[in-house]
Amino acid sequence: MMRLELVKRPQHSVLFSAISPLIALVLTMIAGAIMFSILGKNPLDALYYYFIDPLRETWSLHELAIKAAPLILIAVGLSVCFLSNNWNIGAEGQFIAGAIAGSILPVVFPDFQTWLVLPLMLVMGVAGGAAYAAVPAFLKARFNTNEILTSLMLVYVAQLFLDWIVRGPWRDPGGMNFPETRDFHAFAILPELMPSAGRANWGIVFAVLAALILWFILRKTRKGFEIRVLGQSPRAGRFAGFSSSRMVMVAFLISGGLAGLAGISEVAGAIGQLQPSISPGYGFTAIIVAFLGRLNPLGIVAAGFVLALSYLGGEAAQISLGLSDKAARAFQGMLLFFVLGCDTLIHYRIRLAGRAMRGGEVTTNA
Amino acid sequence: MLESVLITIATAATPLLIAAIGELVVERSGVLNLGVEGMMVMGAVTGFGVAITTGSPWLGVFAAILVGAAFALLFGFLTLSLVTNQVATGLALTLLGLGVSGMIGEAFIGLPGVKMAPLVIPVLSDLPVVGRFLFAQAPLFYISILLVIGVSYFLFNTRAGLTLRSVGDNHDSAHALGIKVIAVRYAAVVFGGACAGLAGGYLSLVYTPQWIENMTAGRGWIALALVVFASWRPWRVLAGAYLFGAVSIGQLHAQVIGVSVPSQFLSALPYLATVAVLVLISRNRRLTMVNTPACLGRPFVPAR
Repeated sequence: MMRLELVKRPQHSVLFSAISPLIALVLTMIAGAIMFSILGKNPLDALYYYFIDPLRETWSLHELAIKAAPLILIAVGLSVCFLSNNWNIGAEGQFIAGAIAGSILPVVFPDFQTWLVLPLMLVMGVAGGAAYAAVPAFLKARFNTNEILTSLMLVYVAQLFLDWIVRGPWRDPGGMNFPETRDFHAFAILPELMPSAGRANWGIVFAVLAALILWFILRKTRKGFEIRVLGQSPRAGRFAGFSSSRMVMVAFLISGGLAGLAGISEVAGAIGQLQPSISPGYGFTAIIVAFLGRLNPLGIVAAGFVLALSYLGGEAAQISLGLSDKAARAFQGMLLFFVLGCDTLIHYRIRLAGRAMRGGEVTTNA
Repeated sequence: MLESVLITIATAATPLLIAAIGELVVERSGVLNLGVEGMMVMGAVTGFGVAITTGSPWLGVFAAILVGAAFALLFGFLTLSLVTNQVATGLALTLLGLGVSGMIGEAFIGLPGVKMAPLVIPVLSDLPVVGRFLFAQAPLFYISILLVIGVSYFLFNTRAGLTLRSVGDNHDSAHALGIKVIAVRYAAVVFGGACAGLAGGYLSLVYTPQWIENMTAGRGWIALALVVFASWRPWRVLAGAYLFGAVSIGQLHAQVIGVSVPSQFLSALPYLATVAVLVLISRNRRLTMVNTPACLGRPFVPAR
């Protein structure tokens, strides 16, 4: 039996850091094609509907931007967390918290109608997301509590809270008992960029701006250096006088704030009201976006569009081929696997050693 | 009354217990597999599918174990052979499991399931109060208890268990002593996956014999929290699982009785309890430092 052997490269490979996401994409498509064949669909047709069809018309490019915006906003924030070794996986909850906090004005004070409403909503959305992210951050900084588990638990809490508030106190009084808030008034709607061409709104502009700003911070400022040092070697960071507990707060507040902005932008943009469910898992898919973009904000912009395409492609394949829209989620999961696997090539050379394997590599003792 | 409450607590606690005891072994070997939720949900959908196709819940359970182990093997290949980041790979496993299970399970939505019959032990089950709780449960209940006993014995009373712990505490020293670090970790990871799959099978074959998308509802994550709560001790996992079982059953009963608190708040209780418990445990830095496997989550590449 062949054995995999990793040989550490003296320096990380520039070539592979550039192409490993692409290799991962190609491998995902191959695996996807196999999956579609098993499901009894023509794999080429399926891949066409997934990756080409949504790009053919202007309105559908607008839809792509709508899906990409929250993914990019969240993933850019997550890159700060992941680079500094803070595992915020509760962005879905922070997205919801931002959406709820930002919706206070149009839902509770519907008669307050000036141009000030939208900017205030966005600020409150950022604050809501950041405040919700501050909980696991504080618990980690103060009590050393595992942030992965706490941030994730708070996702379920946020989802249940949203469900309660739209069915209970915030339910539209004139809404035939549907579990949704009143429609946002005109001053509370995020404007569309080119209303005649499609639905894309300012969300995508926020996303690209956020990516540019964070790229600058991470690459060109001392803070960015601090983030990366603390992520790679907390010990070295401490010697340099960087505080890792302050970094926990900074990273979580940035990513929570951006997730909150994504939440309120989605609600004030594409949806126009609060509903029991406002996200098809953007907070989790953004984790894949962050890694596919190699935790580089500019790479994340590109990756955001790729994952957005998988959502749209999932819908297109469902309509045209009757393929389950759940296939998109499976696809996204596979992609992350391949991305992580291919990243190994950056730091290691992989050699196949043709030696008999020693010991039972695979033993099930269940 | 007390008896029926105990029984329902056990049904809620058993899947948590099985998944957590598996993950405990994985973490004791120094590997952090955050994919428990994904392996569990795959176990649930596979177990359900195989059981309704063959009519045999036991074949369903067997398939659930296999699929959990297979998913874990995938995780092991990435994290152990390709040295990928364990946190990220675990998340990938969860996302993949949720996606694939949703896709496979679409055909099963609304179908009646096959419920595994309880195994009633004569005489003993007639004992007052605890009789039916301890001796008239689904077979997987007994297996969960045996797993705790077995894992506890294995870890602390056998040479192999000592080897596994040494790999988790100091993989460099273990390697220098000639222990096959990677092989040990593969075995632990696959065992953990098998347990997670079994826990998923319990959900769709015993707890609620039907398929609902995302039916694990965060139980895999709660199992991970339980391992921390238990500070990596098998018997404390048992206590923790029953504590959480009690919380989730308590809130369900409160919903049925119609307590004047919104049902969503009650449903949030198990998750909030998890956070609270994690805070309480991790506050005591010394306790967690002493018990955490020292190499937990750290990659190992043998030097040559």
